[in-house]
Amino acid sequence: MIETLQYYLQYDFVRYALIVGTLIGLCSSLLGVSLVLKRFSFIGDGLSHVAFGAVAIAAVMRVENDMIVVIPVTVLAAVLLLAFTGRTAIRGDAAIAMISVAALAIGYLLLSRYSGSANISADVCSSLFGSTSILTLTGADVGFCVVISAAVIIMFVLLFHKIFAVTFDESFARATGIRAQTYNGLIAVITALVIVVAMELAGSLLVSALIIFPALSAMRVFKSFLSVTVCAAVVSVLGTLSGILISIFASTPVGASIVAVDLLIFVLFAIAGKARG
Amino acid sequence: MKNSGKGEVMLQIQCRDLTLGYEKQVVARDISFEVHTGDYLCILGENGSGKSTLVKTLLGLQKPLGGILEYGQEIRADEIGYLPQQTDTQRDFPASVEEIVLSGCVNRLGLRPFYGKLEKEIARENMEQLGIGTLAKKCYRELSGGQQQRVLLARALCATRKLLLLDEPVAGLDPKAAEEMYGLIERLNREQGISVIMVSHDVLEAVPYASHILYMSHRDVFFGDRESYLTSPAGQMYASLLRAREKRNL
Repeated sequence: MIETLQYYLQYDFVRYALIVGTLIGLCSSLLGVSLVLKRFSFIGDGLSHVAFGAVAIAAVMRVENDMIVVIPVTVLAAVLLLAFTGRTAIRGDAAIAMISVAALAIGYLLLSRYSGSANISADVCSSLFGSTSILTLTGADVGFCVVISAAVIIMFVLLFHKIFAVTFDESFARATGIRAQTYNGLIAVITALVIVVAMELAGSLLVSALIIFPALSAMRVFKSFLSVTVCAAVVSVLGTLSGILISIFASTPVGASIVAVDLLIFVLFAIAGKARG
Repeated sequence: MKNSGKGEVMLQIQCRDLTLGYEKQVVARDISFEVHTGDYLCILGENGSGKSTLVKTLLGLQKPLGGILEYGQEIRADEIGYLPQQTDTQRDFPASVEEIVLSGCVNRLGLRPFYGKLEKEIARENMEQLGIGTLAKKCYRELSGGQQQRVLLARALCATRKLLLLDEPVAGLDPKAAEEMYGLIERLNREQGISVIMVSHDVLEAVPYASHILYMSHRDVFFGDRESYLTSPAGQMYASLLRAREKRNL
């Protein structure tokens, strides 16, 4: 098996996939801890559906690089969702559910009516569940991913204590002069960026699993914010890498393989947590 | 008088004819009171009388609709040590006691990303003085209700040396833990001269500790020291509650 791995590692596309997988695993799990604890797990889900809609719009508009459409639309949706959860007639969770199904429906509608593609259902399927496109990454894709990931990781490390204060107790943080709304906004925007990047890997239906599973697993066993964060990051990178390797060896879909590994890790951690009491 | 703390007595907060509310809706009006160094002000009132709106306004999270709110020279809105009511999120939050108490120093960070020696020292001192020094590495969600409140009080102390604002500090605690909490707060007030503003609906337990009372209701607002409160109409109600309890206990 090691030999097979060495054999595969000769290829750029495998190395690219593993680099991108590691970075995405790292970023998504860092965000996940905050999102899960703030009861915002569904924001990831909602945003990924919006991103699917944006991909469809980009395809219909025949845009060369669809990121030009997808990133602004998803970031805008993130900011709007955040405003929704603040103060409106429509409650936050309902707003997210509404936006996410609407984006999904409109995306599919546009693709099936206007797309020039010969095989629409294959296109849709790969945007929803993630394609093998992780194995067809170019050097430019990897560069883009490295830049975004580096930004997310640096920001997270530098703002760690402020994010903790805002996540644990927003009213206390605001009372001591921390601009909680700014940090919430920042987290929403970063979430949007991470989702856009991670969608390549897992597809828009599965991408939120990358965000929530590692955090939930870590919370079963660890008891301080720092240890949960570190554990989530480690678990997430391991899960993502094993998922990618499984998909290479067993020719399974990459997104689904990663989520299956994440689920397995969660079950193990849940048992370990129970055993520890 | 309880103004036995160190240093001279200064005006910390002054409110004159405050009107509180959201956008067009007025929740409370004609609120006037003052807090000086070392005061222990208890804010009492019925549900919906605007107590929590007043708290948010004092913290600077909300603008008053009218009237004047001034802070004395020695205090700023973000130098108030705030003990909020607990939220559901916190009850299962994975965080160590140390992490939470340290987060009280977050306003000292400014643009620095990490806590330094000074902040860690402040956090440790406050944990020691509230008797939770040995719990530093423990997980917050596994503590008893009384211990959790001490953690949040230690965090509030990290944010201030002058004024604590406590929103229902004994809500959800059993009588013994509640009494201990009141004892701790009284000690901080008497021995260290830290002013206390405490919101409570528990008239019988809270009034004995207070030096001043602000009583809010939809009809009128009372402010004065405890002695004059006891002879006011609102205070008469308190006195009759007290008599009723004494009768029960006999």
